Amino acid sequence: MSELIKISKTIKLFIGGEFPRTESGRSHPVYLSKSKNLYAYLCKASRKDLRNAVTAAQEAQKGWASRSAYNRTQILYRMAEMTEGKREEFIEVLTKTVGYTKIAANKAVDEAVDAFVYYAGFADKYQQLIGSVNPVSGPHHNFTSSEPVGVVALICNSKFNLGNMVAQISAIIASGNSVVVIMADDGAATLAPLSEVFATSDLPKGVVNLLTGDLNELYSHLGTHMEINSLSYQGTNKKLLGELKEMAAGNMKRVVTPVNEPLSLDHLVSYVEYKTVWHPIGN
Amino acid sequence: MRTISVQNADGNQIVINAFPIDEVGANERADYFTKRSVKKESKLSALYLALSMCDLTTLEGADTPGRVQQMCAKARFPVPPEMIEPFLKKKNWGPIPTVAAVCVYPSMVPHAVKALEGSGIGIASVSTAFPSGQAPLQVKIDDTLFAVENGATEIDMVINRGAFLSGDYQQVFDEIVAIKKACGDTHLKVILETGELGSYDRVRLASEIAMEAGGDFIKTSTGKVTPAATLPVTLVMLQAIADFHQRTGKKIGMKPAGGIRTSKQAIQYLCMVNETLGPEWLTPNLFRFGASALVNDLLKQIFKEATGHYYYDKVFSID
Repeated sequence: MSELIKISKTIKLFIGGEFPRTESGRSHPVYLSKSKNLYAYLCKASRKDLRNAVTAAQEAQKGWASRSAYNRTQILYRMAEMTEGKREEFIEVLTKTVGYTKIAANKAVDEAVDAFVYYAGFADKYQQLIGSVNPVSGPHHNFTSSEPVGVVALICNSKFNLGNMVAQISAIIASGNSVVVIMADDGAATLAPLSEVFATSDLPKGVVNLLTGDLNELYSHLGTHMEINSLSYQGTNKKLLGELKEMAAGNMKRVVTPVNEPLSLDHLVSYVEYKTVWHPIGN
Repeated sequence: MRTISVQNADGNQIVINAFPIDEVGANERADYFTKRSVKKESKLSALYLALSMCDLTTLEGADTPGRVQQMCAKARFPVPPEMIEPFLKKKNWGPIPTVAAVCVYPSMVPHAVKALEGSGIGIASVSTAFPSGQAPLQVKIDDTLFAVENGATEIDMVINRGAFLSGDYQQVFDEIVAIKKACGDTHLKVILETGELGSYDRVRLASEIAMEAGGDFIKTSTGKVTPAATLPVTLVMLQAIADFHQRTGKKIGMKPAGGIRTSKQAIQYLCMVNETLGPEWLTPNLFRFGASALVNDLLKQIFKEATGHYYYDKVFSID
């Protein structure tokens, strides 16, 4: 038998549960770590891809939030399982494009699995922990409960960290938000295995959307988009953060900045809103 | 070619020729309109035009006078005028137009008349046992008379599909003639319910019958049956209107209804009208959209053009 040609994977975007190419037809190369040898071409998402992703996220959000908390737990746990199953694929991308050693790559996948499991555990428990019954004077019960904010845009830190990114995505979706992620340039090639994790975990289409591209081109559309309810900026560029905050004021998006501890209840709570209900006490 | 003949009220034979439709060709041609890119000033004027052509519709069992009043308020002011004010100084910008008409059930006509007094917005009432059309002719006539006497300015009737599909074209024709008579000067739109007709050939034949019988507009669907309006079916009807105009000099209007939810779709329809019938049909007098969700999407796109930001439909009132 003649030798077969290696079929390498075309890395595309992940929008609404599908794997489209960017509508703009543009791409940018990813090189093998510390070299000028090509690893793959990635899509350079345009503002229209972003718009499509936000539409998909918005359509998916309500259904996702109305799933039972227990079901969200199951699905997040399933993501951990799928990540474990794709360990070799993650390791290949991390060692080849980000320059990790095999040991470091293995550790990064461990962290990612851990993050999924951590928030899987919290998805059906956080409500009990952060809700409260408040003492009020007068014949009323007074409760505070939480709700997801809605559509969250996540701008990843340019210094790539798989575990952190997974923790951010999980913290956002655990409470019933949907998310549009602009991946960091560094580890953008992990979009391939990561999107397949989301696509095969029974996660409703559109809850997680992953884009690769030039942040400079996209951030103003993220900042001003009226359908995005919260903007999570995990980078360190103070000037950009200032601009984003200013734009976010247009529809009062909540801007979330990096948390100290990626695996924490506080992190999850950055993406919920509180609702307080006064309920008259009958006789 | 399919040729049928029907008798008019004076006992004269009217010969109706319905050209066979090349289904693949019609689909291909319609698909061609989805590949256009309409941008900037052209897009803006198309959005304004489409808004002024909307028949804001509510046809639900759960309609109440309050709901109709609310929709009429939306018809008068799709957005509060102060929202568009900051943009009026820009070139090509104008006040947001009102919609062309509201479309309601006959029992809701009096409420719509009251709510729209002095606005110049039309009041369309569906009639003739909408949406099925399965009622005796006298009931259909009474239904129409009720709407007209209560102040409807336009009547949207459904054809008798049962008669049409069993080949009784005379009955279909006679019913339209009878309703037209009941309408008097009131504009008559004839709903073919293309989703139930089964083929483009039948759509063409039904269009010809409706126009010969005196319909002022032909309309695709009730919105209660899928598929509702599609580009190819509308194209077939537009072509029938074009041929009728060439033959008789009469200008018949067109109203696609149901399933048109986005500005992008609306612009595709406008391109198709322009290229099939010409710019003189690009007026609310001769072209309408039967829609409700479309209005907010048009507003969303108008404000996207104005501000450069992607808009949120919750900014606008839900009718």
